[in-house]
Amino acid sequence: MEGFGFSVLKERHINYDANDKSIAEYIAEREPSFRTCIECGCCSATCTTGAFTNFSLRELQILLKRGENEIAREQISKCMLCGKCILVCPRGVNTRNVILLAREAFRKLMKNEV
Amino acid sequence: MHKADKKRVVVIGGGAAGLEAAGQLARAGCIVTLLEKESETGGHVKNWYHLFPDIRNSDEVLKYLVRQADHGNITVRTGVTAGSLEKNGKSVIVKTSRGERIISDAVVLATGFDLFDSRRKEEYGYDIYHNVISSADLEVMFREGSVKRHDGEIPQRIGFVHCVGSRDSKVNNLYCSKLCCVTAVKQAMEIKKHIENARVYCFYMDMRMGGALYEELYKESQESYGIVYIRGKVSEVSDNIDSRLIVKVEDTLAGRPLRMELDMLVLMAGMEMSESGMRLAESSDLQTAENRFFAPADHHFGSNRSNMDGVFYAGTCTAPMNITDTISHARAVVADVTDYFRNINA
Repeated sequence: MEGFGFSVLKERHINYDANDKSIAEYIAEREPSFRTCIECGCCSATCTTGAFTNFSLRELQILLKRGENEIAREQISKCMLCGKCILVCPRGVNTRNVILLAREAFRKLMKNEV
Repeated sequence: MHKADKKRVVVIGGGAAGLEAAGQLARAGCIVTLLEKESETGGHVKNWYHLFPDIRNSDEVLKYLVRQADHGNITVRTGVTAGSLEKNGKSVIVKTSRGERIISDAVVLATGFDLFDSRRKEEYGYDIYHNVISSADLEVMFREGSVKRHDGEIPQRIGFVHCVGSRDSKVNNLYCSKLCCVTAVKQAMEIKKHIENARVYCFYMDMRMGGALYEELYKESQESYGIVYIRGKVSEVSDNIDSRLIVKVEDTLAGRPLRMELDMLVLMAGMEMSESGMRLAESSDLQTAENRFFAPADHHFGSNRSNMDGVFYAGTCTAPMNITDTISHARAVVADVTDYFRNINA
């Protein structure tokens, strides 16, 4: 059937049941404020990295929670740890610590330096 | 004789809740003293222009409330603050700022709310940039019939920031003030009535349209007024050399940071427990909840009762609520007060 012109597209669903949420769990256990994000986007709005690259801290956190770890891992080294996001977060999430813990989790759980 | 007949009730606060409660108590036969700390009654309603969801003139509601409290059994005393409450047998003694001790059989607290002071969210620049105003300031502009920038220009691009002082642990207010979303929708539509070609943007975290006809108003604002809704909380505001305002926000649905220049920014100030209510809570050992509002004796069937026998609550001193709910809550307090009189007489 080579060259017939049709192919089956990979589904783009988040495979929630199969996805590995261990990174998010590792963070939440050590930094419970991680669970309280309401997706307002304040952190991303004020983020210097986000202004120049496609880094979004809000998106990164939700990706980890959904177990989309590979996409998150590509992004996570972009953060410069300046901490402006902590100042603006209305839920008081310690976002800087979330990033540090995420890097630690990837190192320990995935045996994979970010 | 009806058990409420000739019982003395002091109502503290002459806003929507206090006026309605006083009127209903008087009709039930009580002798009511209404204390208001300002020089006139009416509370926040008298500063408002139009009310959601039917865009009625707030003066109509004010007239109704004042008429409710215009009754032979009611003495209205303005410029008087209640300092503390004290039990003496079955009576409650209200100590006033003028050093009086008013002896009563029951007290209804209708001390209401204070609007959040937007200066506390310094990053939004209220009282720093001229064209950052509060939702209350905008109502005054509507009342005066002219929406203008500080330099006298008619603003063409106007933004609304939701949740200013609400849902924000940085100002110690975790709760939702409930009314600011629909107020923003209403005010956005009013702007378009005042300035035909204006472009109006609302920055929100969630549109909480949980009241009768709120969602309909929201849809109408999109359909007939072209109001643009952007999902994201504004993180900071600055101004440029032409004194245009620049907002920073993430368009969370598009997943990208967004920058916008505006002529005027309106901050949707939330509701907080009033300072006068807080002082009473402290001086009289009345319980307050985590959100600092008075804690009702029971969330389901005691929302008008306090932890002190003979002391009752009406309106927004217990939680943020709209005028409809405030009036209903004030009417409900009469059932609790008359029940109380029946029981202590039995």
